[in-house]
Amino acid sequence: MFREYQTLTQVQGPLLMVREIEGVKFAELAEIILPDGSKRFGKVLDVSDKLAVVQVFEGTRGLDVDKSKVRFLGKTETVGVSKDMLGRIFNGRGIVRDELPAPAVHKVMDINGLPINPVARDYPQEFIQTGISSIDGMNPLVRGQKLPIFSGSGLPHNRIAAQIARQARVLGKKEEFAVVFGAMGVTFEEANFFIDDFRKTGALERAVLFVNLANEPVIERISTPRFALTTAEYLAFELQMHVLVILIDMTFYCEALREISSARKEVPGRRGYPGYMYTDLATIYERAGRIKGKKGSITKFPILTMPDDDKTHPIPDLTGYITEGQIILSRSLHKKGIYPPIDVLPSLSRLKDKGIGQDKTREDHADLLNQLFACYARGQEVRELALILGEDALTDIDKIYLKFADRYEEEYVKQGEFEERSITETLDIGWKLLKDFPEEELRRIRPQILEKYYK
Amino acid sequence: MAKPMIVRVSGPLVVAKNCLGAKMYDVVKVGKAGLTGEIIELKEDLAFIQVYEETAGIGPGEPIVLTHMPLSVELGPGLLGKIFDGTQRPLETIYTDKGNFIMRGIDLPSLEREKRWEFKPVKEEGAIVEEGDLLGEVQETELVSHKILVPPGVSGKVTKINQGEFRIEDIICVIEKDGKKHELKLFQTWPVRKSRPFKRRVMPTEILSTGQRVIDAFFPVAKGGTACVPGPFGSGKTVVQHQLAKWSDAQIIVYVACGERGNETADLLLSFPELKDPHSGRPLMERTVIIANTSNMPVAAREASIYTGITIAEYFRDQGYSVALMADSTSRWAEALREISGRMEEMPGEEGYPAYLPARLAEFYERAGQIECLGSQARRGALSVIGAVSPPGGDLSDPVVQATLKVVKVFWGLDDRLANARHFPAINWLISYSLYHEPLEDFKREKIAETFEELRSQGMRLLEEEEELKEIARLVGMEALNDEEKLKLEVARSIREDFLHQNAFHPEDTFTSLKQQHLMLELILDFYQSSLDALRKEKELNKILKLPVRLEISRAKFIPEDQLDKFTQIKERIAQEIDNV
Repeated sequence: MFREYQTLTQVQGPLLMVREIEGVKFAELAEIILPDGSKRFGKVLDVSDKLAVVQVFEGTRGLDVDKSKVRFLGKTETVGVSKDMLGRIFNGRGIVRDELPAPAVHKVMDINGLPINPVARDYPQEFIQTGISSIDGMNPLVRGQKLPIFSGSGLPHNRIAAQIARQARVLGKKEEFAVVFGAMGVTFEEANFFIDDFRKTGALERAVLFVNLANEPVIERISTPRFALTTAEYLAFELQMHVLVILIDMTFYCEALREISSARKEVPGRRGYPGYMYTDLATIYERAGRIKGKKGSITKFPILTMPDDDKTHPIPDLTGYITEGQIILSRSLHKKGIYPPIDVLPSLSRLKDKGIGQDKTREDHADLLNQLFACYARGQEVRELALILGEDALTDIDKIYLKFADRYEEEYVKQGEFEERSITETLDIGWKLLKDFPEEELRRIRPQILEKYYK
Repeated sequence: MAKPMIVRVSGPLVVAKNCLGAKMYDVVKVGKAGLTGEIIELKEDLAFIQVYEETAGIGPGEPIVLTHMPLSVELGPGLLGKIFDGTQRPLETIYTDKGNFIMRGIDLPSLEREKRWEFKPVKEEGAIVEEGDLLGEVQETELVSHKILVPPGVSGKVTKINQGEFRIEDIICVIEKDGKKHELKLFQTWPVRKSRPFKRRVMPTEILSTGQRVIDAFFPVAKGGTACVPGPFGSGKTVVQHQLAKWSDAQIIVYVACGERGNETADLLLSFPELKDPHSGRPLMERTVIIANTSNMPVAAREASIYTGITIAEYFRDQGYSVALMADSTSRWAEALREISGRMEEMPGEEGYPAYLPARLAEFYERAGQIECLGSQARRGALSVIGAVSPPGGDLSDPVVQATLKVVKVFWGLDDRLANARHFPAINWLISYSLYHEPLEDFKREKIAETFEELRSQGMRLLEEEEELKEIARLVGMEALNDEEKLKLEVARSIREDFLHQNAFHPEDTFTSLKQQHLMLELILDFYQSSLDALRKEKELNKILKLPVRLEISRAKFIPEDQLDKFTQIKERIAQEIDNV
């Protein structure tokens, strides 16, 4: 029983308004039939007894208020999921774009999902080795974590994300895994880089891709990550797979959110982004983790480009408040030719403490990383000081710190795009670099650990 | 009269007509799904309702049921060790009954109905009681005896009181006054937005010991006091809050995870039953109530969550306990307020927040305090409130931070730079303050040590001088400083690294008693004084700084609580080694 209306009163930006409606529900899906017979999809954003506001996914170009029709479909936005989705490429609204027939549907799920009961959550504590020292050694990742990459335009975040997708594994285990890739507003070249990389490494068979390109409907981007995450939840919690979700680029997602908000004439928050952006982002980011009694997990890497490399911009800022840490890329390291240009000091992994240590990585891991952080931070300070006063004015101990900072970047952070360092290798490089310091400088390390590894 | 009916749905805001007779903040059931909501504005026969659950699929024309009851919580045995959502729905029961995800329209009683509690009355039939009087006790956990009190507004003669095992809905006591009977159960309900009554407020006099050195020694909070922890993301707000929940010497902890991360809440849930209270050796969960409304759970319930939390905290305070409430994070609560206000098209104040934000915040923090409880017997309770604030970009001019600073007495400012160097807790000692030093002076002198306060101000002075000296060194080089100044720099560094820096994840370092804090600080300043004397006797600074005893000072934090005599040995060694230079 579809209800069809030809009572459009207003079309504005991505929104249209329909009056004299009946029985329309909040968040209901609608089909818009244009005068030429073509169809578009929309979703109800606000509904009263007189008027419904519908957001049109594919844009409102070509719509008129006279002949266009709106048909309300009586359901909210859903996705049909199944195991056959693996290896397939979809558009931003879950429609196949790889010229093959649509995969079989095993289950129909609401793309908005439901919040995981905090009681049902299992705390993530399985260390994931990415083979990248500055992540494994300094800001280790655990299974079920959401760790965004804060990047800037022109930085190699895609290569790092691909390297992580290629190398990430849990020590001593071989398990079923999958990659879910959601791209919002990226260029064809960027999307293609990932597809190519997945294809070359054979990961494509284990991947589901949702791609909304830069020239495709902006409003569709609101749905894209939700399609990706619903699929990921199905794979993780019903098919018991370990799922790695890569979302790129959250900045474009937020811009789409802002576009709708301003079309609705809402009171804007900071820099014109809507006041509810935190809540909205949370409904995306929080769909990660582990559930008690389930084998599968969702580990998430959202990538976002910070406008003007500014960490306090609302998009990285709100993201950082929701995610469990962040990996920040540094333009100055990149210019020095260091790959991966990970700025370890402001980067952070909040869940690392339960993932490292004896029986997980090695007993010295926590002490060592704390010490490396402290030494590198002091080294950076000394470097600034040396810029002003000259190196000769430094004390002997400061000179050691300065040398350490340089070597740390060259030997610890820097590595090859296809180099996979084991965690033991990473830890050993750390100890090698600390050898230059006298013992009393190493205050963050417990005496018994120092005894065993330093001497 | 026409039935109440929905006329508009916009996210968490629903507008209904035919609602004459409804009162502000009444609870309503929305739509066929029966979602819970609360009336936040009335306009003629229209009611504006904030809905505590996702509203997708709800539309105009659906019915509304008015309950004519304000949003209330259930208070009674069965609160401790439990986790609730923002409107006090029991998350554990939801998990066992409904599965891993939280569905809509779940309507379960907050407190377990079937469990039987052993009630031991202390009053006898015929006794005359007034509101707040103790009727009896239920040993809820080994750590906490749950006091059953005469509820506010009830007094008279006890005509019947039962002993034995009861469910919370059973009648345990009847009180009569002027021919009117009050049947009392083990539990009572209380509207969350109304603070519970007490006799009078008294000034805080005791320190809330947290085991965190930078807090207890430099910026202490009193029992019954208020504190805030603002900081950018990644600066360790949540770890500070967790540490306080774990180690502070309050008898009851109410932890409100308001719009925060699900995994961090899971960490609390999984680690608390295993952690032992340092004061009693029992699992921490036995004295803890958790309110969890993670960021992806409905936004309106987040708004309610801090009220739910503080009402439960007040209830335990009224029993004469010292209660500490942690709210993480009040910014998320303020954002919920802003979101609802925006949907109601109210005129925005600063940064889009509603103009009544400062008033609401002040109202909330003023529910803290040390009080004399209701009742004929003198009894004191205290409620301390510690709120985390998450300003955008760590900018302290943010309206939520500013409004908070106007009401709280302690400010722990977290610093990005310290966090980046992994100096935790990243509390910046130069900007933080506590206004409780004076009221706590007697307590420190009597309960910790005669010199504690003096050592603190000496330590603080060194830290401030360090900043100035560093500035000089930065401009003209270390050579411009004389030996005494260089010594100051070294000692200040020792205060920072050996005392202020504290590793929350290290088994021995995570908690330091007030006694040991005093000894540690004394050791560092003792070294300073002795070295200063030595310098004046023309001894060489470089040699003093290389003394092996310095390593021992830096490791004093790892000395276990039962070996505090080691401090005397180290002290002797300081004197010896400096003598021998």
